[in-house]
Amino acid sequence: MATRTMDREVGKASSQAEQDPMERMSRAMLRARVLEDKLASLYRAGRIVGGVYLGRGQEGLSAAGGVALRKGDVLAPLIRDMAGRLGFGEPLVDAVRAYLGSKLGPMKGRDGNIHRGDLSRGILPMISHLGAMVSATAGVLLAKRMKKEKGFVGLTSAGDGATSTGSFHEGLNVAAVEKLPLVVVVADNGYAYSTPNDRQFACTDLLDRAKGYGVEGHGVDGTDPEACWEVVGRAVQRAREGAGPQLVVGRLLRLCGHGEHDDGLYIDKKMKSSDRGRDCMEVLRDQMKSRGLGKDWDRWEKEAQEEVEGAVKKVAEEPLPDPFEEDWRATAMVGAAEAVQKG
Amino acid sequence: MSVTYLDAIRAAQEKALEDDPSVFIYGQDVGKFGGAFKATKNLAEKFPGRVIDSPISEDAMVGLAVGAAMEGMRPVVEMQFADFSTVGLNQMLNHAATTYWRTGRPCPMVLRLPSGGTPGSGPFHSQSMEAIYAHYPGLVVMTPATVEDAYSMLLEAIAMPDPVVFCEHKLLYYHLKAKSLPAEAVPAFKAHVARPGRDVTCVAYSAMVHEALAAADELAGEGYETEVVDLRTVKPLDTDTILASVARTGRLLAVGESWPWGGVSAEVVSRVASEGFELLDAPPRRLNAKDTPIPYHPNLWSAHRPTAVRIAEALREVLRY
Ligand SMILES: Cc1ncc(C[n+]2csc(CCOP(=O)(O)OP(=O)(O)O)c2C)c(N)n1
Repeated sequence: MATRTMDREVGKASSQAEQDPMERMSRAMLRARVLEDKLASLYRAGRIVGGVYLGRGQEGLSAAGGVALRKGDVLAPLIRDMAGRLGFGEPLVDAVRAYLGSKLGPMKGRDGNIHRGDLSRGILPMISHLGAMVSATAGVLLAKRMKKEKGFVGLTSAGDGATSTGSFHEGLNVAAVEKLPLVVVVADNGYAYSTPNDRQFACTDLLDRAKGYGVEGHGVDGTDPEACWEVVGRAVQRAREGAGPQLVVGRLLRLCGHGEHDDGLYIDKKMKSSDRGRDCMEVLRDQMKSRGLGKDWDRWEKEAQEEVEGAVKKVAEEPLPDPFEEDWRATAMVGAAEAVQKG
Repeated sequence: MSVTYLDAIRAAQEKALEDDPSVFIYGQDVGKFGGAFKATKNLAEKFPGRVIDSPISEDAMVGLAVGAAMEGMRPVVEMQFADFSTVGLNQMLNHAATTYWRTGRPCPMVLRLPSGGTPGSGPFHSQSMEAIYAHYPGLVVMTPATVEDAYSMLLEAIAMPDPVVFCEHKLLYYHLKAKSLPAEAVPAFKAHVARPGRDVTCVAYSAMVHEALAAADELAGEGYETEVVDLRTVKPLDTDTILASVARTGRLLAVGESWPWGGVSAEVVSRVASEGFELLDAPPRRLNAKDTPIPYHPNLWSAHRPTAVRIAEALREVLRY
């Protein structure tokens, strides 16, 4: 069932027919890269509350998922999915608010950075525990099916390391049993924090697991944004058509540390200088240039810079969470709130 | 006609499925088979597509329920045994319990836990998990002791906007009977004085309420009146009812079937000691199971858990002080 689609020609042909998704990919990726560069410098300046985890080098694979989804779909992003979030429509300012701890952020300071989400937009707020979002996304999809909604898809991502969790396995297995329209995009960047794949699993290719779960598998060169769009887009389409869960494995490298506290020096130099270590932003810029969109690219980049600067400036003036205004309630119950608060 | 504790749980689920289209049941063997204890018997036939067999994946079962609840459904997840809910603990404690706090959106779901010891069940089919769940903010933990409560509290649990851990006691499933299902009910968060008495307060919950009542009978023969307080819900804990009882009796024994390190009985004693110190005529005491895994053989098992005899002994000590 697994197909390796590394052929960049395929990507080219179909995305020329649909310029729009590649433009959306470009914008989402540019906004993500510019924003994350800014977050990294704010982190170094000590202006960020908590840790900073970036998706540098993984923007193409991530954005493809976000762009392939539409309203009514559900996205459960993980830590390297800034581009996917923006591609799906998460307001950029939400990310800035979450990182700077603004009270106006989607989690009001109760949770931050990558853990933000907005259920009203179909963006699940990830919990840190790797693998946990797979079954939760499946649950949203099951609920939508029970509510007789039609044509929806859910997409969540995982790293190579997260595939070793029991939770990941249980989640994908349940989704397969229920034949849910779930797309799981695995960003195989060769490392989980400092742990290389050969300490993480013994199979040669994570894609081989698709067969074991009874789901369709798709491999892609994660450094090639056109191919990512092609392959992830197709997986989303297959899920939408009722073909059940789809496992996408994109091979790439993270071009940064695990978080901004980490220099990532453990990443193999040879791997870095191989094709797997290409920067997907440069690949995409060339791809867009060769379509005659070089000028547009430059303009989008400039727009992204303005947007990011504006958002940071605006959020810097926003109120911070106030412990005296916080209601300190962990349950939704209205009448019983007091009883529950007393514990 | 009589109704067992288990009938009540089944009937509550049937009513919830009937009344609210967003309710569904998810668990191992709950469909056509009707569940390991038959708590969902015939429900799959009556509500097609809404009583769903799950794979043996406790983490994913709870995770799926969290997602469905976020999407507006009201899932009721049956664990085959409370003990196996440890495998789904992460999704319950870190996902379900944090959702409202983090997002401002409710996560209405019920985790049904067939709990507690029965003879011959051993270390992995006997546990009482309420203390672990109660420790985490964002969860409600119910421990019904009567047929009436099993029914009305499960209905309340399903209607609540929060994740509820519903600890049903397996020892009560078949033997505990009532004439009929209740027409009205005490709200789930109120503790209940199961037997009034002026000399000593015995706080208990779940199956221990019945052991406490039997102990109270025994002490009555010796001239002591024990007030038995059934907590019903352990999180939130109805401290007011406990304190009011201790104000009447001046003495407290808190009983729990679970292990002695921490837990509900410790919480009760701690609250009474700090909030009701001046009400006490004797040091408040606790009685729990022994601090070992739960034994298999009935000879060992019945010595491991608090029983009416051991509760009566402990009550006498509190009274003697
Ligand atoms: C269950 C669990 N264990 C450990 C961690 C700590 N942790 C956070 S990210 C990470 C590495 C993840 O690696 P991978 O899944 O490959 O994703 P990547 O960071 O490479 O994108 C670890 C170990 C966690 N978040 N969850």
